[in-house]
Amino acid sequence: MNFELNDEQQAFRHVVHEFVAREVKPLARHTDETGEFNWTAVRKMGPLGLLGLEVPEAYGGAAVDPISAAIAIEELAWGCASTALAVSAHNGLALGPVVAYGTEAQKEAWLPKLATGEGRLAALSLTEPGAGSDLQGGVRTTAVKQGQEWVINGSKMWMTNASIADLMVVLVRTDPGGGSKSLSHILVPADTPGVIIAPAEKKMGLNGSPTHAVTFENVRVPLENLLGAEGRGLQQTLSTLDSGRISIGALAVGIAQAAYEAALKYAHERYTFGKPIAQHQAVQWMLADAVTEIQAARLMVYWAAARKASGARYTQEAAMAKLFATEVSERVCRNAIQVHGGYGYSREFEVERMYRDTRLMTIGEGTSEIQRLVIARAIGR
Amino acid sequence: MKVVVCTKQTPSTTAVFSIKNGIVSWDDPGGKPNVVNPWDEYAIEEGIRLKENHGASDVIALAIGGEESKEALKTALAMGCTGAILVSDDAFAGSDAVGSARIWAAAINKIGDAKIVIFGKLTIDDNMGVAAMMTARKLGWTPLTFVSAIKSISADSITVERLLDDGKETVTAPLPVVISVVKEINEPRYPSFMGIRKANRAEIPVWKAADLSVNGGTGAAASKVDWSHIFAIPPRVGSVEMIEGDSIAEQVKILVDKLFEEKVI
Repeated sequence: MNFELNDEQQAFRHVVHEFVAREVKPLARHTDETGEFNWTAVRKMGPLGLLGLEVPEAYGGAAVDPISAAIAIEELAWGCASTALAVSAHNGLALGPVVAYGTEAQKEAWLPKLATGEGRLAALSLTEPGAGSDLQGGVRTTAVKQGQEWVINGSKMWMTNASIADLMVVLVRTDPGGGSKSLSHILVPADTPGVIIAPAEKKMGLNGSPTHAVTFENVRVPLENLLGAEGRGLQQTLSTLDSGRISIGALAVGIAQAAYEAALKYAHERYTFGKPIAQHQAVQWMLADAVTEIQAARLMVYWAAARKASGARYTQEAAMAKLFATEVSERVCRNAIQVHGGYGYSREFEVERMYRDTRLMTIGEGTSEIQRLVIARAIGR
Repeated sequence: MKVVVCTKQTPSTTAVFSIKNGIVSWDDPGGKPNVVNPWDEYAIEEGIRLKENHGASDVIALAIGGEESKEALKTALAMGCTGAILVSDDAFAGSDAVGSARIWAAAINKIGDAKIVIFGKLTIDDNMGVAAMMTARKLGWTPLTFVSAIKSISADSITVERLLDDGKETVTAPLPVVISVVKEINEPRYPSFMGIRKANRAEIPVWKAADLSVNGGTGAAASKVDWSHIFAIPPRVGSVEMIEGDSIAEQVKILVDKLFEEKVI
């Protein structure tokens, strides 16, 4: 058993860390306060490989291993959770299924420009007003074959990246009869007539990661835009979410690391009763717990990623990593505010933003409760 | 056209220095104590641009130093240099600037056929900024220092813009040349993941003293620079005095008197 990253992974971490420290972290507050997506940094991510993490090199991707992909998202989240979420959703949720299930023609049409940052980003569209965790029974967006086209109608909710995407991977019902083989994925270019993107949702945090309701009104795309096999949409989604959970776990670790570092720094600067608060045991314990829990969460995330890399089944490991890392992150961010005292509640200090940002992590891509359900099912087999 | 970029591995700009018993050591909280000399990143970028925009056939990163300097060369490869060579020999350890220039020149001659050699304007460890001139002198080529833009390159000449204290000047020189670049010249790219992978697999040749025909003395014995006494600069000491008075006017009067007393005004 080896707990060290290999040379390549260490080099990746260093490059991404440097990039994020220079291009992403300094803009995190501005991104949150204005809701402006950090295109300046994202444009520079293409040549680095951050926009095609697990895309094969033949399509302009970086083709890094799953641990390196997790490291990239972790480091991005250390700088700015909003930007990290957009990049994570683009890579894992949207490009992931195109790489896994796309035809050669689909890959050639979409991956090079999306992976190199020449175009905009990509989005996965699952959730609907009546369908979140219960996709199989809840998805009402339909795609009906008419001649050589699919005609799509319905409403989606909480689509991350919708307004900054060129491509939407949309989960639709292709068999009105229902059941586990009634859903399919269809590739929808975002500029297709009938795709109506509502104004960005007003959220508690992650304000620089645009989230939208999207309506599909008689949206017509060619039949060959079907992604993967007809009727396999649910299975493809669940598999995509397994991978996405590693990414959200990594994102949570990155936010927690940033909050911990901020708390540690502040604890050495702030004096009470004649000494830095870092010398008061009550504060020391919070910091010791934080660094311990973050390390445990990080190892779980890398472990799930290593399972994925080895080709083993990793549904349970990804769910455990996501559950643990996101709960840890919430706790660490909460205590980082506690260490800052009143200042921590002020927008002047970044831990306030981190706490709001990390709150989504126990909800998005499967709530903590769903993760427990997934784990319980896996151990009950 | 062959281009050589001379690089050096230096401590990271965020490294924390300490000196104990005349020995300098440093550590970096980011876990990466050594990096490519930051000024050399501009040199590497410009070398790569000569390949992309001016048809340079090879852009070779060259470093003098210990085995660990391969890390700096890997960064240069990951950014896009086409090759890298490390010059490393115990006999070269402790060389001063002139000794280093002799080694640079010998290595550049061994590479052969280089038209443009690029240095960063200085290295952040010794801050001397003389390597480009000295190496040019040893090679017998024209040095063009503080270059902020390469305007044009023909088969036998180069025109550059130099950034000087009192303005800019445009000069043309016959090739080959040694240039040093300032940060205004470009924005260095980040190494790509694909580049890192390629760099990690690359075999970097190591040239020893016996591989080079160095003309003149090198190493600590030939060095005119003596590092016999290394010490930390003592921290500045000062004090703060709060001026008290019944009114603002009185406080200002006391302040002005004190400033006169201290000969500040």
